[in-house]
Amino acid sequence: MARLVVLGGGVAGHTAATFAADWLGSEHEVVVVTPNAKWNWIPSNIWVGVGQMSKEEVTFDLDPVYKKAGITYKQAKAVSLNPEGNGSSDKPFVTIEYTGQGKAGKSEEVTYDYLINATGPKLNFGATPGLGEGSQLGEHTVSVCTADHAQHAADELTKVLDKMRNGERQKILIGTGHGMCTCQGAAFEYIFNVEHEIRKAGLRDMADIQWISNEAFMGDFGMGGLHMKVGGYVVSSRIFTESLFAERGVNYITGAHVNKVEKGKVSYELLDGTMGEETFDFSMLIPPFAGVGLKAYNKAGEDITDTVFAPNGFMKVDADYTPKPYEQWKASDWPLTYQNPTYKNVFAAGIAFAPPHLISKPAKSPNGTVINPTPPRTGMPSGIIGKAVARSVCDLIKNGEGAHLHEASMAHMGAACVASAGKGWLDGTAAAMTVYPVVQDFEKYPGTGRDTDYTFGEIGLAGHWIKHILHYLFIYKAKLKPFWKIIPE
Amino acid sequence: MATKPEEFNFSKHDQFNNSMIPGKFARALRTCKIWQFIRFIVLNIKMLIVVSKSH
Repeated sequence: MARLVVLGGGVAGHTAATFAADWLGSEHEVVVVTPNAKWNWIPSNIWVGVGQMSKEEVTFDLDPVYKKAGITYKQAKAVSLNPEGNGSSDKPFVTIEYTGQGKAGKSEEVTYDYLINATGPKLNFGATPGLGEGSQLGEHTVSVCTADHAQHAADELTKVLDKMRNGERQKILIGTGHGMCTCQGAAFEYIFNVEHEIRKAGLRDMADIQWISNEAFMGDFGMGGLHMKVGGYVVSSRIFTESLFAERGVNYITGAHVNKVEKGKVSYELLDGTMGEETFDFSMLIPPFAGVGLKAYNKAGEDITDTVFAPNGFMKVDADYTPKPYEQWKASDWPLTYQNPTYKNVFAAGIAFAPPHLISKPAKSPNGTVINPTPPRTGMPSGIIGKAVARSVCDLIKNGEGAHLHEASMAHMGAACVASAGKGWLDGTAAAMTVYPVVQDFEKYPGTGRDTDYTFGEIGLAGHWIKHILHYLFIYKAKLKPFWKIIPE
Repeated sequence: MATKPEEFNFSKHDQFNNSMIPGKFARALRTCKIWQFIRFIVLNIKMLIVVSKSH
């Protein structure tokens, strides 16, 4: 019997674990280590954050689902890896620390034959003074990164709406809280959902809504923007993004590194080196992501974290990490199999793998401050990578070390993304977009780097219907209800 | 003559003045149930093609 340990129960980890358990059957063991008791459909946190969904509607208990799937579930956080074992055994293991199941605070060593690291990110609020401490949200702003954060954001937003009803004009600031954030899409969804709710309440004239982002231009989204065919033209996502902001009367600041957050005020540096300040009554700023801080040790107990993980804490995989200028970046730099180059029985999936470089063009202010979005690797790519890695591990277990590894390069896969711009079955809208491939391939698609036959975007009610249906569909799939396997990632 | 509502935002900010803002018809289509039902079918097909190319 082989044991596969999956660290993390998010989109990548849950996908990998559930498929692996299904493919391996009861002959082998699948263990999931995740500090959370509940699974969270994160894209719908946006609607929790504006009071249009409850926390319970976007989460469910993991324990019964893993019991049904025959997965051993440990509610714990991984602390360190010993991929060579230790002085007393050659068996690799992970040291975990329980966060629940009546064993909170207790440590355990979980041995493995194969390991999938799908821990997701550490929400690095502490990177910006005043935004928070470590992974803890601070007191000046709100967040929609977790269901609890989103609930708190909704409560704070209600207070802001009440103030507007009482004739008090309010300033709302939404965007990214650091120069190296990713997930601009979540902030984009939140600002337009907030604007939609304020408009629905008849209070739009009482609110000044401001966007602040580390993107060099509107519509970059950490992917260097995208080009799509519309009305016979091939146009940049910048045109469409700026259009939506102008239509909804939302001012924007781009190329901004938020370097300090205080009560009712943020300070920032722009790409041109100038400094600025923006006040607010209500603010949601996305934190930057970092690796969760796993340590690695060799058999002698020496720290080999630098061998297994990149400096940002994400796990090294089969990518080309050679530093090179933007002009020399290639699609082939991106990983194919997500196998760790040093320890072949270790894989990473989703946000946990270290990308070889950015997708967007790198940028620095004249003061040397790095201000550019880091690559998004959430949602559909996370699910596809999780499934491909699970398939590789299952083949390795069943067919031995020579088994073929499955590939899921972000430079070969597309992504469908539906960004909500307001909830409502009859008056909601969302930007439905696809991009193919996620990482530009300028050798294959000179000009835009992508296939414009499969890269498109459109805003409307249909997009909202898709987004809302996907909410139910993916929660249904994650609960492993009948026919869950036929629902694509 | 009064400014058309969809054109009002052009004067609100210099940023908006160089943008394209949808007119009344384009906005109406965004929430027109019949048109959006058609777009719903089209978008699903387009997305499924991209999804199938990505697996």
